[in-house]
Amino acid sequence: MNILPQVVFILVFAAAGYLLYKRISFLKRNILLGKSETRNDQSSERWKTMALVAFGQQKMFKRVLPAFLHLLVYVGFIVINLEVAEFIIDGIFGQHRIFAPLLGGAYTFAMNFFELLAVGVMASCLVFLIRRNITKVPRLVMPELKGWPALDANLILVIEIILMAAILTMNATDQLLAERGTEHYIALGPLFFSGLIKPLFMNMGEGTLTFVERFAWWFHIIGILGFAIYVTYSKHLHIFLAFPNTWYSNLKPKGEIANMPEVTNEVNMMLGIPTEGGSEAPTEIARFGAKDINDLSWINVMNAYSCTECGRCTSECPANITGKKLSPRKIMMDVRDRAEEVGKSIDAGGKGLEDGKSLLGDYISKEEINACTSCNACVEACPVNIDPLSIILQMRRYVAMEESGSPAQWNAMFQNMETSFSPWKFPPSDRFNWAESVKDEEMK
Amino acid sequence: MSNYKVPTMAEMAASGESPEILFWVGCAGSFDDRYKAVTQAFVKILNKVGVSFAVLGPEETCTGDPARRAGNEFLFQMQAVANIQVMNGYNVKKVVTACPHCFNTIKNEYPALGGEYEVIHHSQFLQSLINEGKIVLKGGGDFKGKKITFHDSCYLGRANNVYEAPREVIKALDIELVEMKRCRTKGLCCGAGGAQMFKEPEEGKKDINIERTEEALKTGASAIAVGCPFCLTMMSDGVKNKEKENEVKVFDLAELIAKDQGLS
Ligand code: SF4
Ligand code: SF4
Repeated sequence: MNILPQVVFILVFAAAGYLLYKRISFLKRNILLGKSETRNDQSSERWKTMALVAFGQQKMFKRVLPAFLHLLVYVGFIVINLEVAEFIIDGIFGQHRIFAPLLGGAYTFAMNFFELLAVGVMASCLVFLIRRNITKVPRLVMPELKGWPALDANLILVIEIILMAAILTMNATDQLLAERGTEHYIALGPLFFSGLIKPLFMNMGEGTLTFVERFAWWFHIIGILGFAIYVTYSKHLHIFLAFPNTWYSNLKPKGEIANMPEVTNEVNMMLGIPTEGGSEAPTEIARFGAKDINDLSWINVMNAYSCTECGRCTSECPANITGKKLSPRKIMMDVRDRAEEVGKSIDAGGKGLEDGKSLLGDYISKEEINACTSCNACVEACPVNIDPLSIILQMRRYVAMEESGSPAQWNAMFQNMETSFSPWKFPPSDRFNWAESVKDEEMK
Repeated sequence: MSNYKVPTMAEMAASGESPEILFWVGCAGSFDDRYKAVTQAFVKILNKVGVSFAVLGPEETCTGDPARRAGNEFLFQMQAVANIQVMNGYNVKKVVTACPHCFNTIKNEYPALGGEYEVIHHSQFLQSLINEGKIVLKGGGDFKGKKITFHDSCYLGRANNVYEAPREVIKALDIELVEMKRCRTKGLCCGAGGAQMFKEPEEGKKDINIERTEEALKTGASAIAVGCPFCLTMMSDGVKNKEKENEVKVFDLAELIAKDQGLS
């Protein structure tokens, strides 16, 4: 028996595993550049959210057509990967279709189902390609997608179509070989979709046919391993990160802005209120708000790596709809790009965070963050519970408290509030004037 | 007949009483000329129904909402902590307010600073008065049978999941409620939240309130109902900008009820 294919298979597998391990470590380190934050209360609610939103695709169904197509690709991805388990066993032990004799008719049924899904995935990816490149759905062709993001999206779709085509080719040639009684090949019951393309290979000799079959097999398995590595560079990372990302969702009311306890201590001291910690010396506050990714929470950074760049947030954003520069999707892409830049610099022994650049300023402008109405439309729209608003508000804190760089009208508002306890410049003594006329009126 | 009463917490405390609810008026409710009418309408309803309430009057200050949203956490907390001291001093348990921004801040953000209250938006409060039969509606007054649309405020809807209470109030009025294309969870902001009320918008194709007003006008409604002082301002400005102020009116929910009851 020729064991060379088995050795090659194991080597390819090990190499892919090593590369994936390196990539995962890189991503994990980048995410943890963010500040630590503990968010694991209400764990049963968290599991439920993850089950509904990530596993159950709940929020996708706000838009039915893309939701349906996406569901096909998603189910296809999960189910067809079951077949990969067989590939791996076959590959390691030099077998072919190891489960076929064990499962009999059920195996044929499963293969037909896989083929149906494969065709579904191909059709969906084709529609997605059309929506991006021909009908140009507005949220899929915005300026922040120019270059790599657009290419990335198209590459993924094309790769998926090719991988699915490989499955069909493999099954078609495999069955032709089995029909001709070639050793190793097992005849299954009729396979519908690959049956349709059989005529393409009908006239090939046994040698060519075996070559095509083996090529498709290797192409599929190497393709999948390659895809797994590619995903770590791509917006497609959401297929894994959607799960932890939804588990760590913000479960508080959307309108609540996180408190800053370090400020509370100082405010209490200023107002002469005894603080809870008693005589504890106030802790040095490193920075108010966020200027760069290390000021954000690691959950913010994980959010960025989970972003699919689908633009549902941006297409609901009132600021973006009316032509302002703000795009919540771009905020998420910027955070990821900055984390990648810093991570790469650290790995190359460079300056990392101290490279003289920062998220706010070099990636995101004040004009963008100032335009936000904190309406939560983006948070509501995101299919994987990403919170762009949290990042925007943390950057506003930095601008207001560290730079005193808020827009002049806001600074005036701050001053009114300090001096007359209202954002408008009215004397506080007039606050109750509205009641005069009511008190004079006779009750009806 | 007696006059309408607007007791303050201080007066109540002086006479050893404590009201059931604190009516939190808010800065817009106190100073904005148009919104003062809403405050007055609501107070008349409270009087009419005989709810035991009081206001803070001169002791109230801004909740700090716009400061926090514009990034000035110090200023927010200064306002919040001071307000909480006053409210806790009066042993306040239940707060009703007509402003979704005050509602959100007191309900969700004051607890972390030591202020725990039951907080109710006036749309919810009005709905419960209607359900309990304390307000018996007379069929919508001027608006009977007319079309009206409701503009969801972000701080009531998405921020706190209050979508139905204002709609129930409108439906109880025998008015035809027509929805805009973007409503409930998908509602479009009026453009004032996140402290935008206090500065000019950034440069763009159009202002947010114009976009929203156009959408409201498309429904063919003769009135736009709101439940928020900022929304009231933004939508009124939008209607004026479209030169439709003679045909389409903007009202707060409390005003609709007060009109129905013949209180204004
Ligand atoms: S919260 Fe801000 S960024 Fe998000 S949709 Fe609203 S205006 Fe846009
Ligand atoms: S933040 Fe969410 S909604 Fe926005 S582009 Fe990313 S995945 Fe899509």
